[in-house]
Amino acid sequence: MMRRTSATLMFLFSATLALAAASSSRWLHVPTKDHARSSPLAGDPDAIAAGALVYREHCQQCHKANAMGDGRKRPALRSERIRTASDGDIEWFLRQGDLGHGMPSWSSLPEAQRWQIVAWLRSIQ
Amino acid sequence: MTRNRSIRRAGWLAAYLPILFISSALAQDKPYFVTYSHDLEEPGNLEIETKTALARPGGGNRYGATAMELEYGTRAWWTTELYLDGQATAQDSTVFTGFRIENRLRPLMRDHAVNPVFYVEYENTSGADKTILEVVGHDGQADLAGPNDQLSREHQHEAELKLILSSNVKDWNIAENFISEKDLGHDPWEFGYAVGATRPLRSAASGRSCAFCAERFIAGAEAYGGLGSTFALTMRDTSHYVAPLVGWQLPKGVRLSFSPGFGFTGTSLARVYRVGLAFEFDQAGGWFHNAPERGGSQGGTQ
Repeated sequence: MMRRTSATLMFLFSATLALAAASSSRWLHVPTKDHARSSPLAGDPDAIAAGALVYREHCQQCHKANAMGDGRKRPALRSERIRTASDGDIEWFLRQGDLGHGMPSWSSLPEAQRWQIVAWLRSIQ
Repeated sequence: MTRNRSIRRAGWLAAYLPILFISSALAQDKPYFVTYSHDLEEPGNLEIETKTALARPGGGNRYGATAMELEYGTRAWWTTELYLDGQATAQDSTVFTGFRIENRLRPLMRDHAVNPVFYVEYENTSGADKTILEVVGHDGQADLAGPNDQLSREHQHEAELKLILSSNVKDWNIAENFISEKDLGHDPWEFGYAVGATRPLRSAASGRSCAFCAERFIAGAEAYGGLGSTFALTMRDTSHYVAPLVGWQLPKGVRLSFSPGFGFTGTSLARVYRVGLAFEFDQAGGWFHNAPERGGSQGGTQ
């Protein structure tokens, strides 16, 4: 019985690792509906100030205080990719994350705070 | 008795002293005590949390049981945890009751309407463990009422599997957990459930640093209980609880949570009070490998 339980646990663990390794999500695949969304807080100075605080609390540890990343795995956020992305693209990416490449999903943050981050990111480009 | 008290104080100091001197980031976890959501630890971060349950079983003495949890984000889709459990019972003793190792894995790399997480745990505890981190089978207050020296003689080597389903909908988190636990000896599979819902008191962040802003408070409720075992798949003699929750995210990565739980069957504890205190440390993984990589790709095009 113990052997069967251990085998079941090993199977579940391996299957999850295999699934995780096989999947990947990139924000190149943003759905059209999300791509077309515009920020309800665009240009709002209060939203930019709040976004800076939310960034400091949740994003700065990886992307650094100057949003330039670490030059290795943690990418810069002052970049062509961010400049050319729509507000909806960025909000979608924050919500989805890219778990396979180390970016957590921030769907646990309230939507308003994700838009505040978008507003701040726009302001630093 | 005085010796016991000194040991207890030393234990608390050993647990909390290191975290007073290390700066940390803001945790963003739900204040659940039993239910799990699909939020995993951010990769490289270490969270140290104590979850304390205070209760008085019928026919037994008051006790306080603490689980100290070390939670590490191995990958964005994989969190691993070590729990160290102990308890102190009035007019009895303070005992270390064992450890648990768990892994939580998100098999789907995208956020969906319902997000599954697999939870796998190995548990090596004694019968004196009173942390009530889950309720399964026919667990009841009678299991918590005996003297520590008697309860400590019972050893539990258990595997626990949970299917965590969780959704974030309009700033609400709604989570459902299906629990199955198997003693690695000859005891039957036992089953349980936990469900919960939480929401921050305000969605948008204020534009200033503050400790008492509404967005720093998360409120909600959870319910959990046993569903019998393969020997007796019945709700008879099972325990069930409902517990309001409140969490407060203080600056510098400290999180406090509180929950009074109310049992609503004869086998449940009448009340169980839970207090949680968590600290999150940024990029603890980097403490051990900080040397810059040569020739790495420059970021910016994620």
